[in-house]
Amino acid sequence: MNIIVCVKRVPDSETRIKISEDGVSIDPAGVKFVLNPYDEFAIEEALVLKERAGAGTVAVMTLGGEEAKETLRTALAMGADTAVLLKGAPSPDGLGTAEKLADAISGREYDLILFGKQGIDDDNLQVPAMVAELLGLPCATVVVDLQIDGERVRAKREVEGGHEVAEFDLPGVISAQKGLNEPRYASLKGIMMAKKKPLEEVEVGDAAARVEIKELMPPAERAVGEILGEGPAAVPELVRRLREEAKAL
Amino acid sequence: MSVIVFAEQREGALRQTALEAVTAGRVITDGLGGELTAVLLGPPGVRDQAAELGRYGADRVVVASSDAFAGYAPEGMTDALVKVIEEGSPKAVVFSASAMGKDLSPRVAARLKAGLATDVTEISVEGGQVQAIRPVYAGKAFARIGFTAEPALLSVRPKAYPPIEEPREARVEELSIGLDPARQRMRVRRVEGESAERPDVAEADIVVSGGRGMQGPENWTLLEDLVDALGPSAALGASRAVVDAGWRPHSEQVGQTGKVVSPQVYFAIGISGAIQHQAGMRTAKCIVAVNRDAEAPIFKLATYGIVGDVFEILPRLTEEIRAARSED
Repeated sequence: MNIIVCVKRVPDSETRIKISEDGVSIDPAGVKFVLNPYDEFAIEEALVLKERAGAGTVAVMTLGGEEAKETLRTALAMGADTAVLLKGAPSPDGLGTAEKLADAISGREYDLILFGKQGIDDDNLQVPAMVAELLGLPCATVVVDLQIDGERVRAKREVEGGHEVAEFDLPGVISAQKGLNEPRYASLKGIMMAKKKPLEEVEVGDAAARVEIKELMPPAERAVGEILGEGPAAVPELVRRLREEAKAL
Repeated sequence: MSVIVFAEQREGALRQTALEAVTAGRVITDGLGGELTAVLLGPPGVRDQAAELGRYGADRVVVASSDAFAGYAPEGMTDALVKVIEEGSPKAVVFSASAMGKDLSPRVAARLKAGLATDVTEISVEGGQVQAIRPVYAGKAFARIGFTAEPALLSVRPKAYPPIEEPREARVEELSIGLDPARQRMRVRRVEGESAERPDVAEADIVVSGGRGMQGPENWTLLEDLVDALGPSAALGASRAVVDAGWRPHSEQVGQTGKVVSPQVYFAIGISGAIQHQAGMRTAKCIVAVNRDAEAPIFKLATYGIVGDVFEILPRLTEEIRAARSED
């Protein structure tokens, strides 16, 4: 089975976000960038599917600059076979990114395209379904369980108060939610091997933008709260405040 | 000039998020002038719901019914919606950022070559242009988004626009859709969850979340009792630590790699308040923290805090809330 996994370089989830002086981007100083956590589930799933099929390749792909090579090497160290860097600036518009990915994917061989359900930077949740639509493929997003039997895909996705099960035939697109699997750690051997694996670079230009970030703002400060007391004795006061001040009960 | 709203239903019944989307759509329509159209895709008989959409401000309701639309039909719904949008040339199209809306809106955006802002918390119209404010980095920052192409597509975060009645007699029009069999490659069926009687944590008015301070999954009955006492609009949440430990399912996780919630009240029980957790709940109207460590970061965010042993405090809290609610 040939699988393409699209990945992204994002700030680590423990990062404190500082807005840079231009007012529309974050200050990258001191920010630790990592492989998007949801993409780890996508890579793990691809590796398991390939191992189970006993044949095929796992290619990882990203849109970004020179610095994104580190992210691709992380995916190669986990076990992906090849990597493709689409050199160009991503855009805050999911569709701009999806167009670059779809263009690059359309000439390649694949049975399945995997994504993390969202990048934890823009939190757009757009690119997987957009790539599917641009390539004319069926797609299930936010998937927590994936069964593939021959050509038949059975994907369980999270919805409010339950699940949906989507069924379709390959080729198709899946976006991975936490819970799909337990991503493996890169072994030392994997890290050494990653340096020798092929990393293809393609100049694709900057992604189009139909949305623009006009301003980036810190979240509103919360009003200073109050410790009402210690132990169960403070409970009646809490309930009174919830009823009378917060009008919440 | 017009605005189109996708009115989500399930098995022929409107979802609360449909009314929220109509209310958000009304904000844009009132700013731009023109007409608000709600698109209602559902099973035969769904037309009966159109009047309800008028009650919340839709001037016109376009209904397409098909057995295929009882549940979620990504391909058929994309086609139907694209058809209505292409015929109406709206300035903006509003979805709910529900599970369905977040799956459907990017498909529609890709077909229309339109810009999409996901999970919008605030909409404004400035000089005839739609602008949206939305959280990025899981709410560690907010972006003000402008659109350089039309229509502007937005999905509105659940709870951000509580439905407001703006009654009018909506014109109802039937849309005949011939579903293209070649485009219907997916079959989607719904499986109810174990706690289907409770709202999803992302849509609940009150959320009770437990953390490592609960000491083990067997102690969750204490939190379930509190949720029961708070009534049918309350739901359970969890910190990443307890989900990673396998105590609770990921569907309950609140935080940067879980759900981002904005309830009226958020109870953080035995949760210290890591940055990634704060990102998921800091927009709650009121935050209650119970933790034995008075220095826990969660107290910096909390509206009300109690320091102490959660196992002593929880039963008392459940009892007092039950008593307070039975008085009303």
